[in-house]
Amino acid sequence: MDQTRLRELEDQCIQECAPPCAAHCPVHVDVRALTSAIATGDFQTAFKTLYKTVPFPEIIARTCNQPCQAACYRKSVGGDIQVAALELACIQRYDHLITKPMLLPQKDARVLIIGGGLSGLTAAFELVKKGYQVALYERENRLGGRLWSYNEDQLHGEVIHREIERIIDLGIEVHFNTELTPASVSSLQFDACYLGTGAGASNPFNLLTNPNHSLQVNTDTFQTSQANVFAGGSLLRPPSTIFSVSDGRRAAISIDRFLQNVSLTASRVNEGAYNTRLITNISKVDSVEIVPPAPTGYSVADAIAEANRCLQCDCMECVKVCEYLKHYGSYPRKYVREIYNNLSIIMRTRTSNKMINSCTLCGLCEEVCPTDLNMGVVNNEVRQTMVKTGKMPPSAHDFALRDMAFSNDARVALNLTADGSETCDYLFFPGCQLSASNPEYIPKLYQSLASVLPKLGVMLRCCGAPADWSGEQELFAQTMLEFKTQWLALGKPKLVLACTSCLRMFSTALPEIETLSAWQVFEAHTLFPASRQYSRSLAIHDPCTSRYVDKWQDAVRTGLDAMGITHHELEMSRDLTECCGYGGVAWLAHPELVQDILKRRASEDEADYLTYCVMCRDLLAGQGKPTLHLLDLIFGENLDQLARRKGPDYSQRHENRLRAKEKMIKLITGKEHPMTESYERYTLLLTPEMRVTLEERLILVEDVQKVIEFAETSGESFKNQQTGHTLAFFKPNLITYWVEFSREGDAWRVHNAYSHRMELEGRAS
Amino acid sequence: MSDSSLDSLKSQWTCGKCGAPLEVASVNVSYLGSGYPVDMLVCKNCKRPLVPAELALGKMLEVEKLMEDK
Repeated sequence: MDQTRLRELEDQCIQECAPPCAAHCPVHVDVRALTSAIATGDFQTAFKTLYKTVPFPEIIARTCNQPCQAACYRKSVGGDIQVAALELACIQRYDHLITKPMLLPQKDARVLIIGGGLSGLTAAFELVKKGYQVALYERENRLGGRLWSYNEDQLHGEVIHREIERIIDLGIEVHFNTELTPASVSSLQFDACYLGTGAGASNPFNLLTNPNHSLQVNTDTFQTSQANVFAGGSLLRPPSTIFSVSDGRRAAISIDRFLQNVSLTASRVNEGAYNTRLITNISKVDSVEIVPPAPTGYSVADAIAEANRCLQCDCMECVKVCEYLKHYGSYPRKYVREIYNNLSIIMRTRTSNKMINSCTLCGLCEEVCPTDLNMGVVNNEVRQTMVKTGKMPPSAHDFALRDMAFSNDARVALNLTADGSETCDYLFFPGCQLSASNPEYIPKLYQSLASVLPKLGVMLRCCGAPADWSGEQELFAQTMLEFKTQWLALGKPKLVLACTSCLRMFSTALPEIETLSAWQVFEAHTLFPASRQYSRSLAIHDPCTSRYVDKWQDAVRTGLDAMGITHHELEMSRDLTECCGYGGVAWLAHPELVQDILKRRASEDEADYLTYCVMCRDLLAGQGKPTLHLLDLIFGENLDQLARRKGPDYSQRHENRLRAKEKMIKLITGKEHPMTESYERYTLLLTPEMRVTLEERLILVEDVQKVIEFAETSGESFKNQQTGHTLAFFKPNLITYWVEFSREGDAWRVHNAYSHRMELEGRAS
Repeated sequence: MSDSSLDSLKSQWTCGKCGAPLEVASVNVSYLGSGYPVDMLVCKNCKRPLVPAELALGKMLEVEKLMEDK
């Protein structure tokens, strides 16, 4: 990820874009902050928020045409927020808080303001704060211009006087009853001028005009045809007090830049009113009616009630649906920055490693994101970079990668055609985890498929998903190449899959291979058994890698109908489905987070779940959610019990893959194929608690057996004088395993097992 | 490891290979290219070190995680 990519990604997340009210307000009053403060009864903070952008708060609150309201998301669900009335409620209580602003040291430059209306007064206010000498010329005998045209009930003269005086008192030189002409202007000394004379006024500088006699003014800088003269306010547009304030301020920025001899145009995006990119989803927002203010203004309670109607617009679409994005307490714009920083760290601790490795890469964020930002793609990309640069913590994915290596080891993998011929038309590829969870289903499923598919071969191995998820691109490419070589040798058969993660891997890496799901075969050949029964209602949990794979999703639903199983959809189903936590090897990087992911998913519906990914099933059932695999319905008996069964532990999963292979060899060739390794002679005695300990510490039964074999054959061990236990270690590869054990008859009782990655180098000097 | 837990281990364990008692020695442990010495028990004769569960699951795991994020 380079800086450019970071900026692109940051920009793609719209969470920090302004809410529509503030964007459409030409001076960008932070309405969201204002209502948020009022909602808690804090009118003082709300008032300060308003005064920060509006130097005439009461004039504006009483006259603003509220462009904020047109864009308000509340508008269609009860009515737009009564912003001006809320502003007035603050002003009525806290106007006395206004203090004289800090003025910068006086400069030599002198600015002429022509016209004492709201835009001219704002320009004068902004410029005098910056230290300029400001002289204001007004043709009438009072300041305020059009403000005097409001009736007194709406805007009393006392308010006009009070708010204008506050500004004039900052040190603005005012000349009343002076209408400037080309002749009189030429006698005045000034460095820049702001023209805010209102519509139809004279043109003392003989500035260029448009064919309709309006002044030619640059709409971004307010500069006229004369470089040091700027113009704004109602001489440019229909009268609007808030736009006059905006013009005065923006012209003052230009004048300041002009006098400092810097660019008038640089970095001035979204200065006036603009359309924001922020999108707020109101599909689940209940309508709440406007709380109207009394003629004298809002009571405290009513103002609070109205402010509480504000939706506090933001996006957060992905964070709302993803436990991972929620867990780290922020949103993608912040996360990509954090990830980028983590990648850039050279010497210090990289604190975001775990965050990067905890994403399930499921892509739900992209599905719900208004701009299609996919944090899974980002995290996977970054994992690849970390692997390439040697920054990936070795322990992050090691266990999953060793599990994959086990599945693809010659001892465990299988590649067999039906009649001993070299090629096949179809190849059944059930996936490593189906063999690991339910080896008994492999031959049954093969037989069903073989009854309708001619020349069906079988391949048992891992598709390579753990390598892809871990960012191990080279390993993934190598795994795919091994598969492809075998697939070519088999005569390019069509792949019959039972796992959507396998599908994802093959369709991404080897799109030339034709695939279909076992469920589609069942659907096409009406192989689903009729009249199956389940005692409770079932909701379908689609695996995350089935997102956008309608054919698989449809076939499963057809199958349920064919079996007479009543089922319904989860709110988050099909393309909106959620990952169980197995995806992206998140279960290894962040087991606690995966518990939260599972709890969330399990609690979304009271029904039991039906899925067609065995890892989803095992994880959900492990969380206590009764969950069936589609194959349980097809082949299983005692479904109540099957829905509640816990999945096998890691050791048993290895064992099951071997059993699946034996069963398939027996089924297809009729031959027994017992597979044993020397260490398997060491029969272990494990209490259920010890099994849990091994599982938590990611230690396999075979690891324990290897330690005992080593100790028993080499004698290298320690003896405990009190208990008689033996303690020994063995380091088959990178990890050192320690086992404390004792002999019981023909078996070995395991008292403790643990491991470490640190290496023992012998005696220090 | 604390002296008391080393003493306690020392009184319990002997070498399974040669039967010799254990003694405290400084052993270099390393991970990802960095190493440091740790006081632990080794066989007086064979010098084979004994890593108790407390050390593997405590300090060593902590240091492993620290080094992995460097």
